[in-house]
Amino acid sequence: MKKNNYLRAIFVFPLIIYALFLIALPLLYIFIISFFKSDSYGGMIEELTLMNYIDLFDVVYVKIFLQSFLVAIITTIICVLIAYPFVLAVCHKSKKTQKIFMTIVMLPFLTNSLIRMYGWIVLLRKSGIINEVLLRLNIIESPLSLMYNFGAIIVGMVYTLLPFMLLPLYSSVSTINKSLLEASYDLGASKFKTFKNIILPQTIPGLFNGALMVFTPALGYFFIVDILGGGKIMILGNLIKNQFLTARNWPFGAAISMFLIFITFLLILVYKKLGGKMDDLGGA
Amino acid sequence: MDKKVIVKLEDFEKNYDEKIVIKDLNLEVYEGEFLTLLGSSGCGKTTILRCISGLELPTKGKIYLDNEDVTFTEPQKRNVNTIFQNYALFPFMSVKDNVTFGLKMKKVDEKEIEKRVSNMIKLVHLEGYENRKPKELSGGEQQRVSIIRGLINNPRVLLLDEPLSALDLKLRKKMQIELKHLQKKLGITFIYVTHDQDEALSMSDRIVVLNKGKIEQIGTPLEVYENPKSEYVANFLGEANIFKGKVIKNEDNKSIIETDNKEFITVVGNYPIDSKLSVVVRPENIKLSKTERKMNCIKGVIKDEIYDGSVTKLIIKTENETIKQLTIGNDRQFRENDEVFMYWTLDDCVIIGSAKDEKK
Repeated sequence: MKKNNYLRAIFVFPLIIYALFLIALPLLYIFIISFFKSDSYGGMIEELTLMNYIDLFDVVYVKIFLQSFLVAIITTIICVLIAYPFVLAVCHKSKKTQKIFMTIVMLPFLTNSLIRMYGWIVLLRKSGIINEVLLRLNIIESPLSLMYNFGAIIVGMVYTLLPFMLLPLYSSVSTINKSLLEASYDLGASKFKTFKNIILPQTIPGLFNGALMVFTPALGYFFIVDILGGGKIMILGNLIKNQFLTARNWPFGAAISMFLIFITFLLILVYKKLGGKMDDLGGA
Repeated sequence: MDKKVIVKLEDFEKNYDEKIVIKDLNLEVYEGEFLTLLGSSGCGKTTILRCISGLELPTKGKIYLDNEDVTFTEPQKRNVNTIFQNYALFPFMSVKDNVTFGLKMKKVDEKEIEKRVSNMIKLVHLEGYENRKPKELSGGEQQRVSIIRGLINNPRVLLLDEPLSALDLKLRKKMQIELKHLQKKLGITFIYVTHDQDEALSMSDRIVVLNKGKIEQIGTPLEVYENPKSEYVANFLGEANIFKGKVIKNEDNKSIIETDNKEFITVVGNYPIDSKLSVVVRPENIKLSKTERKMNCIKGVIKDEIYDGSVTKLIIKTENETIKQLTIGNDRQFRENDEVFMYWTLDDCVIIGSAKDEKK
């Protein structure tokens, strides 16, 4: 018994070290410096203030927040709209077909996401593949500007984050017993009503898990906005990056980071208030 | 026949990936009866049920419900309900929401739903359980919920797919009686699928014995047990000693058969000389004696006794075969390794003609 406990401690130890030094302490550091003042040379003055948080409500930043939320919400909705029908369609297939489909979907995500973003440039730019094809087919007369706008950012976000919606949704839909659907049809429910009454309620945890995994990164993936947005649009991620690397205002960058964490907590809180269980989130 | 046919299968056939599961099946189910589809696993009994409910489509043939062709009608539009083997209760809904699901889908009036639900809950004695979730119920309670979830819709036919197989023996016996009572009381046609012959015998009005997707025999429990038409039926329903042989003599409406093991069995009926016959004798009809009898008597040695409470099963060996015998009660005169004469009366022989049992 005791021996077992030692063994367990040995296995858990690296994880504790990892969580402590790479997650907990840095977060604590960020939290603390978010209350510091900054000087104009990129240094920090160790004097407590709430100024950084008050600055968050500046019109310029509020606009960026709203813009990021818009990007994140639209990305999440589109991901749901793509992932749900796909998952529903795949789940009715045989186990083998399910595996093949899921592998095909996941395959691109084994490559680096930055490289994939440059791939989108090849597709979307003025002399890119999409414009070339449309021009050759005489569908358009002059090339469309598909890049450096809001739409391109959404495309990039959805493309990058889709698997984070697909996987939790897939695992929660595939645990629904097929006989429940049959029972529903048998009792007179149409396919739509079966979806609404039987499938949807049981996949809420998976759906929320997916939404959380898409929404939160969508607020922060600055490189997608940088590459496909052409610097015209900013989201929270860009703001944080700029504060740390360009403006060298670490305390303010830290405050924005804390704000981002706060939003994630808020979302989880809402989910729990609605009757969701944390176990379902982890298990899905 | 003045009984009304409610479900009819015509030249019914079902294949899965080229493999024929059911072939050329014709079946009529009468209104208000308790019909059991009995067969071992893989005989296609569940497939038949699923095709009647509309959850699967037949490869060939037609299905009629109340004389209307419903072969390709969606399950939602058929006035039948299924009770699933695993209950298939909606886990996140309360008992009441589960039971009323069908009525809500049909947009039945709220008041009517309330009335019917409380009737149904009373019917299966689940008062006070309305707001529980399925997982807070025992297996038997869950099964009752799933049964009233079907019954509340007043289906023309209730299809039950091995509904009791997940329950323990005692509860199963109790539920068998409850189900049978329920069916009699409501007068709803039940089509019941099971592989359990005891269940089939004790509950059914008629039994359809299926083997490899074909009907072996249809009849009342008494008919299929007492007069099995084939060896398969004889073996599947209860235990059977089967003697195979050739007719060597017939006179006075009696025929004598010489079995492959050189025993002589007398049966009623004039069967043509040299015709091949199989004779079924049920273990409980075999009596034991110390002295030899004139007719239908075989000598053997008791090799094994299996005590089973109210009955004891004896395994008796003759020179070339093993015969099973059942003694009711425990006042047995014979023990292991005793030499006994087994005998039975003419009435206890059931003939299954390998060559058709034409009586001349």
